[in-house]
Amino acid sequence: MKAATEIPSQVRAFDVAAIRREFPILAQSVHGKALVYLDNGATSQKPQSVIAAIEHYYAKENSNIHRGVHSLSEQATAAYEKARGKVRAFVNARSDKEIIYVRGTTEAINLVAQSYGRGFLKAGDEIIVSAMEHHSNIVPWQMLCEQVGARLRVIPISHDGELVVEEFRRLLNNRTRFVSITHVSNALGTVVPVKEVIAAAHDRGVPVMLDGAQAVPHLKIDVQDLGCDFYAFSGHKMFGPTGVGILYGRAELLEKMPPWQGGGDMISLVTFEKTHYNVLPYKFEAGTPHIAGGIALGVAIDYLNGLDWPQVMAHEHELLEYATETLLEIPGLKIIGTAKEKAGVLSFVFDHIHAHDVGTILDQEGVAVRAGHHCAMPVMQRFGVPATTRASFAFYNTKEEIDVLARAVKRVLKVFG
Amino acid sequence: MSDLDDLYQEVILDHNKSPRNFRVIEHADHKAEGYNPLCGDHVTVYVDLENGVIKDISFQGSGCAISKASASLMTAELKGKTEAQAEILFENVHRMLTGEGDDDASANVGKLAILSGVCKFPARVKCASLAWHTVHSALKGRSEVASTES
Repeated sequence: MKAATEIPSQVRAFDVAAIRREFPILAQSVHGKALVYLDNGATSQKPQSVIAAIEHYYAKENSNIHRGVHSLSEQATAAYEKARGKVRAFVNARSDKEIIYVRGTTEAINLVAQSYGRGFLKAGDEIIVSAMEHHSNIVPWQMLCEQVGARLRVIPISHDGELVVEEFRRLLNNRTRFVSITHVSNALGTVVPVKEVIAAAHDRGVPVMLDGAQAVPHLKIDVQDLGCDFYAFSGHKMFGPTGVGILYGRAELLEKMPPWQGGGDMISLVTFEKTHYNVLPYKFEAGTPHIAGGIALGVAIDYLNGLDWPQVMAHEHELLEYATETLLEIPGLKIIGTAKEKAGVLSFVFDHIHAHDVGTILDQEGVAVRAGHHCAMPVMQRFGVPATTRASFAFYNTKEEIDVLARAVKRVLKVFG
Repeated sequence: MSDLDDLYQEVILDHNKSPRNFRVIEHADHKAEGYNPLCGDHVTVYVDLENGVIKDISFQGSGCAISKASASLMTAELKGKTEAQAEILFENVHRMLTGEGDDDASANVGKLAILSGVCKFPARVKCASLAWHTVHSALKGRSEVASTES
């Protein structure tokens, strides 16, 4: 029961202006125009608290973790481990030992491919990915396939950019050993029905990894509710720093996986005869990590926890709908990725105007978008386009910014007659 | 003129819309593929040489307006030139596009001076230079795919 004094979230207005004031970079100009930052899928901007946390760490706490007996090292260790706890709570993992610090989503996937994959896959085994994966969820598996002689299978996507779940069921067989798919597509914005995928894979005892890089900034993630075995995401796409990310893994799987990288911190005892590995999560954390990044990621999570999520999601939904309607009014513009369930991404093309030209002209209007293949060349091939222009949104974007985007796109048409 | 007008001049837009020498030369004695991994631009350049002179040159591929116009302008400019002249032009165009060397790099490139606006857009330099890297590769008889990254 809600307390009587609590105001239902729908009643309070979502104060975008107040949120924008927390992100200093948004007040900037580009080419004399107010910055309209619509490249959040590539990386998000950082709130002042995250920026301050990095400065605070280097000004007041900097020292190495897990090794010093001096006060600073103890402080840094405590702050870094406290942030791990925040990440655990944020994705609702059971234990801190299931939260591995990595450099980003890419490294998380490589870790699983090399540790779990090389540990447990052999020639003839099959790995399933989807046709809408980022290169980082394709290439590590291709490398593994070359190493162990496994085979990569690909779930097709529909013309709307939706996963064809029936085809996935057909691909699953007694050689399937691993499934790794995106939660939200970076090029199309599709929200994948991952629970269905996980249920079908688990029926056959096949573990599932989710690439959550694009999901974490838009959706509430609960790894226990999802039921996935691994979940990977990057700090910098969720309003935290670059160079730090998270691999969540179910403890039972992580326990039996061999270490990936060797070095300091991941050992408990080293002799030239034999080395004993450290316990989870440290077994997978060789070398001095991005300590400031981990701490600042915790601060980014604090920031996100302070937001009213039903409102954030409603605002983003409204932005996406408005952007879709507004851009579709522009003659010749075609949207790539029209799944029923989408989050944060609007990719579009023109028949005779290349995305790069669109991107350059938009930049002159202060509008930052991504133009290219979005590290998802197979998606471009699927839709028969060389590249798309992608506007990707965050909760700090506004309808007014979408109007600026639309005006800038119309300028593109003017240039190209 | 704004930087943008400088980049997308009438001539460039025209070459983008109706590229010259946009065709395949069957059995060309020199041929190379060029690829810009950053944006996916893809071009194939065909060259027929006779006694060291470029008798015929053409291209095919997909890319942005800058890469297409640059390739089109290049083929028009190179036809009838010797291999040695082509190499010198390659160097000069490269200097103009990257804004290196003297201010007058554009004085030595003939009609290609129209592309000089590109140097104000560092992200687009590779679009404009792709066809040139490719023809360079074709004339050298290299079989690998030319890349703007090399």
